[in-house]
Amino acid sequence: MTQPPVVRVAGVSRYFDVSKPWLTRVIAREARLRLRAVQDVSFDIARGETFALVGESGSGKTTVARMVVGLLTPTSGHVRIDGTSLTDGGRTAETDRLRRRIHMIFQDPYASLNPRWRIEHIIAEPIRAFDLVDSKAAIAARVAELLELVGLHPADRSRYPHEFSGGQRQRVAIARALASNAEFVICDEPTSALDVSVQAQILNLMRDLQDRFDLTYLFISHNLAVVRHMANRVGVMYLGRIVELGPGRELFRAPRHPYTRMLLDAVPDIAAPGRSDREIAGEIPSPIDPPPGCAFHPRCPLAFDRCRREVPPLIDGVACHAAR
Amino acid sequence: MLTFPPATGVRTLTHPLAYDSPDRPARPSGSAAPILSVRDLRVEFALRRGVLTAIDGVSFDLAKGEVLGVVGESGAGKSVTGAAIVGLIDPPGRIAGGEIRLAGERIDTLSEDELRRVRGRRIGMIFQDPLTSLNPLFTIGDQLVETIQAHLPLSGQQARERALALLVEVGIPAAAERIGAYPHEFSGGMRQRVVIALALCAEPDVVIADEPTTALDVSVQAQIIALIKRLCRERGTAVMLVTHDMGVIAETADRVAVMYAGRIAEIGPVAAVINEPLHPYSVGLMGAIPSLEHEASRLTQIPGAMPRLSAIPRGCAFHPRCDRAFDRCTAERPPLIAENGRQVACHLYGDAS
Ligand SMILES: Nc1ncnc2c1ncn2[C@@H]1O[C@H](COP(=O)(O)OP(=O)(O)O)[C@@H](O)[C@H]1O
Ligand SMILES: Nc1ncnc2c1ncn2[C@@H]1O[C@H](COP(=O)(O)OP(=O)(O)O)[C@@H](O)[C@H]1O
Ligand code: SF4
Ligand code: SF4
Ligand SMILES: [Mg+2]
Ligand SMILES: [Mg+2]
Repeated sequence: MTQPPVVRVAGVSRYFDVSKPWLTRVIAREARLRLRAVQDVSFDIARGETFALVGESGSGKTTVARMVVGLLTPTSGHVRIDGTSLTDGGRTAETDRLRRRIHMIFQDPYASLNPRWRIEHIIAEPIRAFDLVDSKAAIAARVAELLELVGLHPADRSRYPHEFSGGQRQRVAIARALASNAEFVICDEPTSALDVSVQAQILNLMRDLQDRFDLTYLFISHNLAVVRHMANRVGVMYLGRIVELGPGRELFRAPRHPYTRMLLDAVPDIAAPGRSDREIAGEIPSPIDPPPGCAFHPRCPLAFDRCRREVPPLIDGVACHAAR
Repeated sequence: MLTFPPATGVRTLTHPLAYDSPDRPARPSGSAAPILSVRDLRVEFALRRGVLTAIDGVSFDLAKGEVLGVVGESGAGKSVTGAAIVGLIDPPGRIAGGEIRLAGERIDTLSEDELRRVRGRRIGMIFQDPLTSLNPLFTIGDQLVETIQAHLPLSGQQARERALALLVEVGIPAAAERIGAYPHEFSGGMRQRVVIALALCAEPDVVIADEPTTALDVSVQAQIIALIKRLCRERGTAVMLVTHDMGVIAETADRVAVMYAGRIAEIGPVAAVINEPLHPYSVGLMGAIPSLEHEASRLTQIPGAMPRLSAIPRGCAFHPRCDRAFDRCTAERPPLIAENGRQVACHLYGDAS
C-alpha cells in the first residue's frame, strides 16, 4: 500500500430533511426533523483493495456509496477520487475523466438495466459514451469478449434482461462495469438477492476480475460472512457512524467494538452452531432521534456514564470509550 | 398439562391460562408416532402452457417437539410444501397425490370448513412478512383475542388475559400498554413476535414457519430464532422451518431436508447433513456458503441454476449441474434411500455403490 489511496472519504456527513410539509408543520407547531443518515465517516481505499462497509439496514451504507459515486452531495466533509472531488467545483474535464473510472453495481441488477435494450446495447453503451473504441466491428468484438469474461455466452448478446436469471443479470451489470474500463467499482449488496450457489459464482467472478484487472472495490453488504470472504479491510457501521475499522482478518478474529461483537454473535454460522445462543438485546433506535453520546449505549453491556454524554471518536480503529 | 415457559426467570409456575382442550386427541407420548407425516406429496399447477409439477413425491415425518429445517434455493418447492400442509394451495394449484396426516388423521382431504378448524388451531403459521398475517385496521390485542376465541372456548376477559400473557411470553416490552397498539406502530422484529404469539395462541401441535427471519436484521433474527427455539422446546410444538439460510438451520433445526426442483435430495440429522453432506447438491450448497470461521480463497461453485418447472431435466433433476453425474443419472430418477444415518436421493449411493 505504498501508492496514494484511490478513494479518500474525509469526515463525511449526510442529513436528510424528513419534516412534514411546511403548512402541516406550522399548524402542528412542529420543528424541522433532520435524519442523520451518515455522520462523520472517514476511510481510505488503496488501489487493488476491497474495502467493505458492513452493518444492519439503515446504518447508512448505501448513503455513503451514493456520496462516493457522486450521486449525492455530502452535507459536510469530502470525497476525493485520486485527489479530486466529484462534487465540489462543478463539472470539469477532470471530473468527467474520473467519473468513467467509477462504476456502481446494485443489489437489483434488473432496476439498473434498461428492459427494452438488448444485452449488447446495454454493454456497449459505456463503450460508446466514453468513445473507448470507434468502429462498429470493434464494439461488437469487445461486447463478445466481455460476455465471455463474465461467464455468459456471446450468443446472449441479442437477448433482453428479462430473459436472464438474477445471477446472469448481475453478470451483465459486471460486464457493463468492465466495458467502461472502470477501475473502481462500488458494489451495493451485489449478491443479497441471489441464491447461495449463484452468490458463490458472482463472488468468485468478482475476485477473479479484481486480480486480473487490478480493480478496487467498495463492497457493501449486511452479510458478515460475505464481507469476511471478500474484504481486505472492513468498516462496521452503526446508526450512520463507523464504529470499528480495520483489517478484515483481525476484525473478525478479535472484534473490539461491543457492537461488532454483538453482530458476530448474532450471525448463525454453519461451522459454529450455538454461536447465537448468546443473548442479544434491543433493536436499532431511530436515526431521527438517536441516543445521545454513544448511539449504541442503550444496547451495550459495557456502557457507563461517559457513554451517555460523549460521542466516542474513532481512534486507532475503534469508537468506544471502553476500548482504551 | 401444557405450561407457559418462564419468561426470564421471573415467572415459573404453570401458567393459569395454559389450555388443554378436551376434544383434542391425546398427543402421542413416545417419539414413535410422528405428529405430522407427509407421504408422496405431489402438487401441480395447471397453467395454460400445461400442467407443471412443483412438488413431486415428497415424504417426511415430523416428531413432537422437533424442528425440521427445510432448505433449498428459490423455486425448490419449500413454500409450496408448507402451503400444502396448511391447505393453502389455491387453484390453479392442487394437491395431485399423496397424503398428509396430523396425529394420524388425514388432513389433505378435509373440506374448507374442516380445514379452518385445523389451521390456526392445530397448525400455526408464521410467514416472512408479518404484515401478511396482521390486519392493519385492528389492534394487536383485538386480533389475538379474536384468534383465541375462534379456537378456544374462552370468555372475552379470559381471552384478553391470555393475549397479554402471550405478548409477554414472546418478549413484547411493556405488553400491557402495547396491547392496544396497531401493527404499524411496531418495528419489523416486534411485529414478527406478535405473529409468533398469534401462531401459538391455540397451542398448535405443529408450526409452519416460512422464512420467518429473512426480512429481519441479524441481531433481530437471532432474537427471533432464540424465541422460536425456546417456545418449541418448552411446549413440545413441532416446527417445520423453511428458509434458504443454512446458518439459521444449523442454529435451530434437529433435522434438515435439502430440497431441489420439487424433491427431497437429502434428509437427516442437521450435523450430519451440514458436516458430511452426501448428495452432490448438498455438498455444493455447503461449500458455496461463505463462513465466518474458515477462510476460503474460493467458494465452491455449482454451475448453472435451478431449472424452471417447465424444463425439469429427466432422470436426476440435478444431473446437468452435477460433477459426478454418470449415464444412469440422465435416464433414471434416483429414489430416496437410507444411507449412513440419513436418506439421500442419488445413484452414487445404495445398491449401485
Ligand atoms: N433520500 C432519503 N430521504 C430520507 N431518508 C433517507 C434517504 N435515504 C436514506 N435515508 C435514511 O438514511 C438512513 C440510512 O439509509 P441507507 O444509507 O439506505 O442505509 P443502509 O444502506 O445501511 O441500509 C436510513 O434511516 C434511511 O431511512
Ligand atoms: N401459484 C403458482 N402458480 C404457478 N407456479 C407456482 C405457483 N406457486 C409456486 N409456483 C412454482 O412452484 C415452484 C416452487 O415454488 P416455491 O415453493 O415458492 O419455492 P421456494 O419456496 O422453495 O422458493 C416454483 O417453480 C414456483 O414458480
Ligand atoms: S462507548 Fe460505551 S456504550 Fe458505546 S460501545 Fe463503548 S462502552 Fe458501549
Ligand atoms: S444421481 Fe447422478 S446426477 Fe444426481 S446427484 Fe447423484 S450423481 Fe449427481
Ligand atoms: Mg442499503
Ligand atoms: Mg419460499
